[in-house]
Amino acid sequence: MTNTLHRYGSSSSFRDDFILFCIPSPGRNDQGAVERQKAFLRICARHRPVNMGNGNRGSYKPERHLDPRSHWNRDHSPDWEGVIAEVKKPGTVAAVFDSKAKAEACLKEVISADLGLSVNLSTSVSGAREVAQCCGIPRHSVEYSLGFTDPHDHLPNSQVLHLATMCGHGMVSFNMARKMLDMVREGRRTPEQAVATLARFCPCGVYNPARARRLLEESRRQSG
Amino acid sequence: MLIDVNKCVACANCVPVCPMGAIYIDPAIQRATINQDECVECGTCFRGMSQEHLNPTVVRAVRKVARMFRFRFEPEPDVCPTSAFVMNELQMPRLVRQVFSDPVVEHKSTGIKGRGTEEVKTNDVNPRVGVGEVGYTIEFGRPGVGVRFRDIQEMSIELAKLNIRFEEKNPITHLMTDKSVGTIREDILEEKILSAIVEIKTTLAEVEAVLSTVEEVNRRIDTVTVVGISTRCDDEGEETHLAGLLEELGYGAERAKTNMGLGRLTNLEAA
Repeated sequence: MTNTLHRYGSSSSFRDDFILFCIPSPGRNDQGAVERQKAFLRICARHRPVNMGNGNRGSYKPERHLDPRSHWNRDHSPDWEGVIAEVKKPGTVAAVFDSKAKAEACLKEVISADLGLSVNLSTSVSGAREVAQCCGIPRHSVEYSLGFTDPHDHLPNSQVLHLATMCGHGMVSFNMARKMLDMVREGRRTPEQAVATLARFCPCGVYNPARARRLLEESRRQSG
Repeated sequence: MLIDVNKCVACANCVPVCPMGAIYIDPAIQRATINQDECVECGTCFRGMSQEHLNPTVVRAVRKVARMFRFRFEPEPDVCPTSAFVMNELQMPRLVRQVFSDPVVEHKSTGIKGRGTEEVKTNDVNPRVGVGEVGYTIEFGRPGVGVRFRDIQEMSIELAKLNIRFEEKNPITHLMTDKSVGTIREDILEEKILSAIVEIKTTLAEVEAVLSTVEEVNRRIDTVTVVGISTRCDDEGEETHLAGLLEELGYGAERAKTNMGLGRLTNLEAA
């Protein structure tokens, strides 16, 4: 449960978007999967991911009891240990990387660990093929995204779509993405603050803050 | 989802948060209000926003003074200052909105977690799509549009006329009253959800017919669709049959989810 297949963008726009996720299959390899999922996440954490998630929470997380003083000094740093500690039952766990080199290095270590769980890479078609070749493994199966079909003109502009579709469950609304684009352009939020705000809405932890920051900065430059 | 009118201070932080645009400030009562017909019970407002527990009377007074002086208060944009959202217990048929729209809620109505299945993500240990076979995930409503079951049924009925098989473990298949014709339970047809996935399987020979049917039906139903299409790679890790066919048919695939083949049977009984 991560839903990273249908991100809006061209192949080149996924140059900083590599999501490795590991998933057990009930009745086949789910016995003792929790410890192996945690091992997967620990390996990922060593390769400097930009986000991680366990299906129920990401490394950016909303707070149930926010201190009002935090409006002036809110903590926008990711919490890797919290994600690992809160893996409670077999399910999908994921890590997001902002470079192919990091994804390759991480996958090599995952292969060596021989966890026995299915591991998938979500990125451009060519990017995944290159990573598999570099790691010396044949791809097993592939699922292609054919992109959005919108005959009734419901969808907003590409800047909003790039930002909103990085939560595959649709928890980042178009209006919130638009608001963050505006707040960054108006100088009311830094790109770092804006991406942390957006990432907190993605409960699976697969939102890519690095790609979002790049997109927000590009949008601000285009306005200037 | 409900909003406690005694707590809401009409700050409007929640208005852009809603993926369906179902929250607005009602000028008559000066409180945030949810259009219940448009709300898909995804929980983004309740779960996605951070919560403060400030005194509503004090917050309203501060906001009133600030408004008099035309001060622009610049709070964190993802915070409900008074924890005004209430996630209420839902019953069928409205319950299907939550189980299809909220990704952290299990599918109690269908017995399955998530909107879809393992697809080819575990194809290395749970073979579902073989060489020469094609799996499809036809998703409705996402991003940001939503869909009613009546529209999904329109698609499933048209697909059932082709030489396809609905995936048995998929939540939408569970809600079908007759899989041979693709009809869905009558009592949920008007319910709106954030998104849903119909999963089917065919051989390569049916790809063109399936994809053109999806496009044709999408023109009749008022939502967006997105198709994921999968197959098994050969022993060398290459996949040219489906990719070549898609290119021939004019579908450009920029992105993919790739199973790296590292899974193996480790449960004692399975091994």
